Amino acid sequence: MRLFLNLLRRDVLLAFRQGSASGMTVAFFVITVTLFPLAVGPDAVILARIGPGVIWVAALLSALLSLDRLFQADFEDGALDLLVLSPLLLEAVVIAKAAAHWLTAGLPLLLIAPVLALFMNLDLEAFGILLLSLALGTPALSLIGAVGAALTVALKRGGALLSLLILPLYVPTLIFGVSAIEAAITSSDPVPSLLLLMAVSLVTLAISPIAAAAALRLALE
Amino acid sequence: MRNPLFFLTGIGYGPAMTTGTMRLEAMKLDCQRGGREVFSGLNFTLEPGEALIVTGPNGSGKSSLLRLIAGLLTPVAGSLHWQGQAAKSVEGWPGHYLHYAGHLMALKPALTVLENVRFWAEFYGRGAKAKGACITLGLENLLDFPVRYLSEGQKRRTALARLAAVPLPLWLLDEPTSGLDRETTERLETLMDRHLKEGGMVIAATHLPINIPGSRALALGEQS
Amino acid sequence: MDMHKYANPARFNKLADAILPWSLGLMALAFGTGLYLSLFASPADYQQGEMVRMMYIHVPNAVLAQGVYVFIALASAVSLIWKHPLADLSAKAAAPIGAVFTVLALVTGAIWGKPTWGAWWVWDARLTSVLILLFLYFGYMAIWQAMENETRAAKAAAILALVGAINIPIIKFSVEWWNTLHQGASILRLDGPAIHPDMLWPLFTMMAGLVAYFVTVLLWRIKAEMAARKVQNLRYSRAAG
Repeated sequence: MRLFLNLLRRDVLLAFRQGSASGMTVAFFVITVTLFPLAVGPDAVILARIGPGVIWVAALLSALLSLDRLFQADFEDGALDLLVLSPLLLEAVVIAKAAAHWLTAGLPLLLIAPVLALFMNLDLEAFGILLLSLALGTPALSLIGAVGAALTVALKRGGALLSLLILPLYVPTLIFGVSAIEAAITSSDPVPSLLLLMAVSLVTLAISPIAAAAALRLALE
Repeated sequence: MRNPLFFLTGIGYGPAMTTGTMRLEAMKLDCQRGGREVFSGLNFTLEPGEALIVTGPNGSGKSSLLRLIAGLLTPVAGSLHWQGQAAKSVEGWPGHYLHYAGHLMALKPALTVLENVRFWAEFYGRGAKAKGACITLGLENLLDFPVRYLSEGQKRRTALARLAAVPLPLWLLDEPTSGLDRETTERLETLMDRHLKEGGMVIAATHLPINIPGSRALALGEQS
Repeated sequence: MDMHKYANPARFNKLADAILPWSLGLMALAFGTGLYLSLFASPADYQQGEMVRMMYIHVPNAVLAQGVYVFIALASAVSLIWKHPLADLSAKAAAPIGAVFTVLALVTGAIWGKPTWGAWWVWDARLTSVLILLFLYFGYMAIWQAMENETRAAKAAAILALVGAINIPIIKFSVEWWNTLHQGASILRLDGPAIHPDMLWPLFTMMAGLVAYFVTVLLWRIKAEMAARKVQNLRYSRAAG
């Protein structure tokens, strides 16, 4: 646990020292959502209708944007070698790095999401569920993304491949995340969606570290 | 077996070190890279206090051998034993037994020298001696400098400080002296010498002359 | 049985050559009777009319699209656990065939959808699942292509296939959930709810034909891949010597 927290702290610290990474993710998130009113027109009813979906899709793309560097920096400077050889289980390394990714790329999205919900004319009562669904779902984005990032770590142009590998796997997270918010808007029960969303995150937490660790070992061979 | 109090003490290599049975044995190692044979039938043994200098032309498999011993590569055939036990099945292998220092230095340009050294020191043992290790390698004036501003030689020294900070019995060094000036090379030689005198082991791959008294040579890339 | 002996290309070729005439024969026979049964000997649907005959092509393709992915996942597991080289080859060889089945399922679904639903594409739960399955195939084939080193590509693709296989039920469930939330107008589906017994035989026959087709093309592709690797190895040794 000490090593786990050390690694987590280092990754978060690095993200802050190098700056911009979190800021860029948030900026991308905001701009992407802003494109939709510009594309479909400022009709408040339509915006409110597509709002939850737009915010989730934008969150998903923003997470993806920062994922391809998840293991790449450590791979390029040799730190991954030392992480693999260290006493900390590689699966735990994956979880620590995914957690750092969530803290630096997922959490900021959560913080800015209410503003975007205002942009999209979302029902004020749905704000709580919006945040809850993002909070439960974005960890799954980081964890699933870790598998893709690990598989493409040794590739020069891994970014496009990463999207191709990962986006289909994001479908359940997207569906349950959006359906929770829509339930809240139509004042039906959002709990089933939220539970399913949590289930997806938990299943992901069980599978992704194993798959990503296997992929990382492979990349170093 | 690893000393169960290892985490608490953070020093010593466990009972193995004191009983003197520590021994690394490579038996008939075959290595392939990208479907080509790099070396085959490689044998050697290493006892406490011994150093093995691996030489050979580029592509002869010096780096591959080190990665293979560390467990980053899997040999196509052959086995690696530690104290007569298959290395992979030794508890705590490789993290509690060896330092691997490859071409790449695993340093973060945005972190300071001390932060870098301490991070890895804590990862492999305890960070308490990180500062002392930096001083051993002559980095005392650079502790708070981000690694970004360092010269190649200074970076190499920062990377090697981890070895001084955490005592582990086996050192695997890939071209440790490349980019080092005469003075730092001597510093490293002193460090290795001390490590060997304390009963440690060193395997270094190099094409530069390195002065370790009593070391043995292993030449790769020549038909045996 | 020691499966490793079939990793030897000569042995595998022998085995494949023994199977191929049978699978080819079965394919011709099943497709022949299947097409006759489905086009002439089966009744038209009282609701869908002659368009229901599209089912005899659509359903086997849709089933095999998923079946082949399961095959790839199983082969990948075998490859990761027992490191059998033939498993890698079969998984790699199966992927494009599975992708073609998936495309055919989508295309036949669309052709059927136009007169039935009045649109080429409707976001029906099953069609949507099949579409996502196609994306999974694309990803799987892309990772084989992206990596130069064959052994490395094989392992990476195997990891991806297993992750995908675990996710497929979750994806299917989520898509069905999504579909019930946004229930569209159409209740009419290409396969169901109840299939008349007269429709079962042509369906089974066509299915058998498609399985035989899969086995045949799979064996051909593995043989071709083995030959390609042999050529590659010869070139390596030529370059080295």
